[in-house]
Amino acid sequence: MATTETTAKTTSATAAERLAQLKTYIAETQENEHPDSFLIAVLHKAQELYGYLPVEVMDEVAEQMGIPTAHIWGVATFYHYFSLTPPGQHVISICLGTACYVRGAGQILQALKDELKIDVGEVTPDGMFSLQPARCLGACGLAPVVMIDDKIHGELTPKRMVQLINQYRKQAKK
Amino acid sequence: MDNNKITITINDRDYQVVAGQTIMQAADQCGYHIPRLCYHPKLSIEGACRVCIVQVEGAKNHVASCACPVADGMKIHTNTKELRQARRDIVELLLDNHPEDCHTCERDGNCELQRLAYSMGIRHRHFTGERKHYEKDLSGASVIRDPDKCILCGRCVRMCSEIQGVHCLTQAHRGFNTVVMPAYNLPFAETVCSGCGQCINVCPTASFVEKNHTQELFETLSDKSLVKVAQFAPSVRAAIGEAFGLAAGRNMEGELIAAMRKMGFDYVFDTQFAADLTIMEEGSEFLERIQSGGPLPLITSCSSAWMKYMEQFYPDLIDNISTAKSPMSMASALFKTYWAEKMDIAPKKILSVAAMCCTAKKYEAARPELDVNGMRATDIVVTTREMAWMIKSAGIDFVNIEPEKPDTPLGLSSGAGAIFGVTGGVMEAAVRTAYELYTGETLVDIEMAAIRGFQGIKEATVTIDGKDLRLVVAHGLGNAHQVMEMVREDPSRFHFVEIMGCPGGCIGGGGQPYATANSIPLDEEALRLRAQALYDLDRGKTIRRSHDNPDIQRLYKEFLGRPLSEKAHELLHTHYEAHLPKGIVSPNLKVV
Ligand code: FES
Ligand code: FES
Repeated sequence: MATTETTAKTTSATAAERLAQLKTYIAETQENEHPDSFLIAVLHKAQELYGYLPVEVMDEVAEQMGIPTAHIWGVATFYHYFSLTPPGQHVISICLGTACYVRGAGQILQALKDELKIDVGEVTPDGMFSLQPARCLGACGLAPVVMIDDKIHGELTPKRMVQLINQYRKQAKK
Repeated sequence: MDNNKITITINDRDYQVVAGQTIMQAADQCGYHIPRLCYHPKLSIEGACRVCIVQVEGAKNHVASCACPVADGMKIHTNTKELRQARRDIVELLLDNHPEDCHTCERDGNCELQRLAYSMGIRHRHFTGERKHYEKDLSGASVIRDPDKCILCGRCVRMCSEIQGVHCLTQAHRGFNTVVMPAYNLPFAETVCSGCGQCINVCPTASFVEKNHTQELFETLSDKSLVKVAQFAPSVRAAIGEAFGLAAGRNMEGELIAAMRKMGFDYVFDTQFAADLTIMEEGSEFLERIQSGGPLPLITSCSSAWMKYMEQFYPDLIDNISTAKSPMSMASALFKTYWAEKMDIAPKKILSVAAMCCTAKKYEAARPELDVNGMRATDIVVTTREMAWMIKSAGIDFVNIEPEKPDTPLGLSSGAGAIFGVTGGVMEAAVRTAYELYTGETLVDIEMAAIRGFQGIKEATVTIDGKDLRLVVAHGLGNAHQVMEMVREDPSRFHFVEIMGCPGGCIGGGGQPYATANSIPLDEEALRLRAQALYDLDRGKTIRRSHDNPDIQRLYKEFLGRPLSEKAHELLHTHYEAHLPKGIVSPNLKVV
C-alpha cells in the first residue's frame, strides 16, 4: 500500500507544486493514442499527490483531459482505492491479509472500530485518525500488523491496539 | 436467395432475416417481442438488465438478445418454460429492491416495470431482502430525482450523455450501492443539468419526474381574486391526446382550450401568437445583423434547456445568441403589461400560467431577468403531462368536449407560429418573414423541405436579394454541441443557426406524454405524427407568415411601435450570462 508515503508527501509539497505536477503528468498522458484510457492512472497520481481526491482536483482533471466530471465521479466512486475524503492526521492501515487475519486481525479491527467509533474508510470527527484496510504489508512474521503513517506495529492484541491509539492521542495533546 | 439474408429459427419456425442485426431486432421483425428494459434503439447497448435473455441452441448460457448478433442457422427460443422462469426471477429481483408504492406513484399506470412485472405473470413478491433508501433530490427547478425508484437500467445516463451531450449523470459507486447521480452527488440545482427532461422521458419508472406544480395550480385556480390567464405551446396540442389514449398526431387545440376554460381559466391565449412575435423580433434582429455585419451567425434562443446549456458550455458565443425571449416569456410579459392595460386589470392580479411540452420552461420561468416590473412574468408552468393529469383529475371529458377558440388579441396565430414546435420550424418561420421584410417581395415557396425531418443536423441555403445565406438546424443538445463546435471553428460558416434542445424539437419535449404500452419513449413514428399535426395546422391556415398576422400588426401599432423598438427591447428581449456550476466540463466534451 502506498498510503503512508502519500500522506508524507502531502504535507511537504505546496499546493501550486502539486497542481503543477498533476498537470505535467496529465499532459504526458495526453500524448498517447487513447488519452482517455489514462484516467485511472491520472486519478492515482492525484491521490498520490493529495492523499485523496478533492472535488477541485477532479474538476481540474476533467478540464485538462476533456472528460465530463460525472464520468470521473463514476470511476472515482467505483474503485475502493480512491478516497474521496481527506485522510486523518494519522492514517491507520490495518492489514487484512491472510497471515494477519488468521492471527486475529478481525479482533484488532473491531477494537479499532469500537475505540475510534468509525468504520473502515472513514475519518474520526476530530480529523485525527483515518482507518483503511490493507492487503499484506509484507510483515507477516509480525502478524497481526497495523501501520500507522509509515510505522509498522506488529504482534498486536486488541488491548495493545487501544494503548497505541492512546499514545498518539497523548502526543497530539502536547 | 438474397446473400445479405440468413436463415434463423425462432421457436422452431424458420425465418429469413438480414444479417448483422441483433437477435432482438430480428425477433422484432418476425413478430416476437422479447421483453426488454435497458435497451433503447437510440442509445448504446448496455446489456445490463438481462431481461431480454433468450435461449440459443448450443450456447451454454442464456443470451442477452439486445447485444447478441444473429448468425446463419441460429436456433433461438424466446418463450420456453426455463426462460420464463429466469426472466421472472430477474424482474422479481428488481422488484425486491423497489418500493411497494405503485398506487401512490407518479407513474402508476405508465410504468415499464409495472408492465413488465405484469406481463411476466408476477402476482406476488417472493424475495424480500435488504432495501436501499436514499433521499429524493428536490432541488432542481425542472427535474426531481428519486433514487429509490431506480432500477439501474442506465437509460437516463446514456440519454444525458449520448444524445444530449450534457453528461450530468453517472452510475456512481458499485454493486448494491450503485446510484445514478450527478458528479459529486451535487444537488441538481447546482449541476450542469439543462432541465431538458429527457431523463424523465426514457426512465422506465418514476426515478426521474418533473417538479410537479399541479397542486399549486389547482389551488390558485380557485382563488377568486385573481384573473387566471393561460397560454399553451404549439406542441402541447399535438401530443396531449396521447395521454387520453388517442393516436399520436391528433391536434387537440380546441379541446385543450375548452378544457382549460372548464378548469377555471378566465382567458386562454395561444403561445403561437407569441411565436409570431418572436419571429418579428428575431427576424428583424437577423436582418439588422446581416446589414450591420454581425455578430453572426445569429443563434436562436427560444429553447430554455439550450439556453442553460449554452451559458454553461458555450459562454463565448453569448453575443451570437438572439436576445429575443422565448414565445412563452414574451406572451407572459405582454399579459402583465399591454393586455393588463387594455383590460384595465392590475398586473398583480393576473395569474399567468403556461402549459408547455417542456420541463426546462419551469426553470426559465424562474429566471429573475425575465421579471416584468418586479413581477414574475410566468407564474406557473405545467407540462403536457401535468395538464393532462389535471384535466382528468378535474373530471373533464376531454375527448368528447366541444372545441373552442382562443381569446384575442393574443390568441390569433399564423401557420409560422404553429411549426415552432418542430425542429426546423423556427428557421422556416423566420425565413418566411425575413425574406419579405428584406426584399419586399413575397416568398412563394415557403415550405423548406431541406430543414424538415429528423436528421440531427440539417443545412440549407436561401438567397435573399442576391445574397446566399447559410442556415443550419440542430435538435437535441448533442447535435447542438456539434454545431457549436463548427461555429467556434469557423464563425463565417453559417449566418443563422436554429437550436432546439430536445430530439425532434418541442414535440419531443421532456414534458410530453409518457410512451404508451405499445410504443417506446421518443418513438420516431410518434414524433413524426406530432410534427405532421403541426405542419397540417400550418397548411390549413390562410395566414402562414408571422408578419401577416393582423393581431401582431395591431400590437405593434398600438403598443410596441416597431420590431426592436425601445419598448420591444424592454419587454421582449433579454440577456445571458456565463454560468459555470461545479461539475462543468468545457470546451471539448466527449463520451468515454
Ligand atoms: S498478511 Fe499481514 S503483513 Fe502479510
Ligand atoms: S434489454 Fe438486453 S440486457 Fe437489458
